[in-house]
Amino acid sequence: MSVSPSRTLRSVLREEAFYFFTSIGNYTGQSAASLDEFLQKIKEVDIKSLEFHLYREDFEKWIAQTLGDAKLAEDIKGLRNMKVVGNALRDRLYFLVSRRLKDLKSSLQASK
Amino acid sequence: MKIKGQGVALDDLDRQILQILQENAKWTYAEIGNKLDVAHSTVYDRIQRMEEHGIIKRYKAVVDLEKAGMQQITALMTIHTDPKESEHIASRLAEFPEVLEVSSSFSEELVINAKVVAQDQAKLHSFIAQSIAPLSGVLRIRTSIITKKYKEETSQSFL
Repeated sequence: MSVSPSRTLRSVLREEAFYFFTSIGNYTGQSAASLDEFLQKIKEVDIKSLEFHLYREDFEKWIAQTLGDAKLAEDIKGLRNMKVVGNALRDRLYFLVSRRLKDLKSSLQASK
Repeated sequence: MKIKGQGVALDDLDRQILQILQENAKWTYAEIGNKLDVAHSTVYDRIQRMEEHGIIKRYKAVVDLEKAGMQQITALMTIHTDPKESEHIASRLAEFPEVLEVSSSFSEELVINAKVVAQDQAKLHSFIAQSIAPLSGVLRIRTSIITKKYKEETSQSFL
């Protein structure tokens, strides 16, 4: 699974950012335009928003299609399959994304 | 109908004609004249003048979308905005064909209200997530999906 760290770590345009909702049409006002920002928002958004997007597969789609990181998308799919909810979901999602961010930043550093 | 400066004042006959047209805009001048006991030329003249002054804005068909085979859902959005961006957001909303009505209202804070239609909940959500949430100045959005209509009147009584 080849991933370009610079692509995944870049900031995307406003139209391509991830917008956090708690249910159909109910936007929280929180958005993330990069994986770094996404990690921060995992800590801040209403837990209902994390559950809403995880089980709609929105996180996987955004990470795979917009950020181009199939590996992280696959990891999140695994989380969905485990049917995790509540704060356990927040903690595990945070762990997966922060671990991936660290790896991608190391890869980017090594390639310079 | 009397013209007063920039405005116009309707008389009873004008109001009766408007009432009839709101119920059925397909009535002929003669039919309206018969109902109101005036000449069809009078009706023609009054309608022409009300059209010219923009009192009658347009004539349209009210379509029963369900019978027309167009399944869709209607939702009411309340959009909280940065006050500096409200006008711009309302103008952008008005450009989307999915948005039927846009207005602003004020209670504890200024909000923008919009009525939206979509084929289903998935499409409604995609539209809001991809087209409305990214607009600069949108702070948050509350959306209610209409489940049942108890009254839907598009005209107002003139009598």
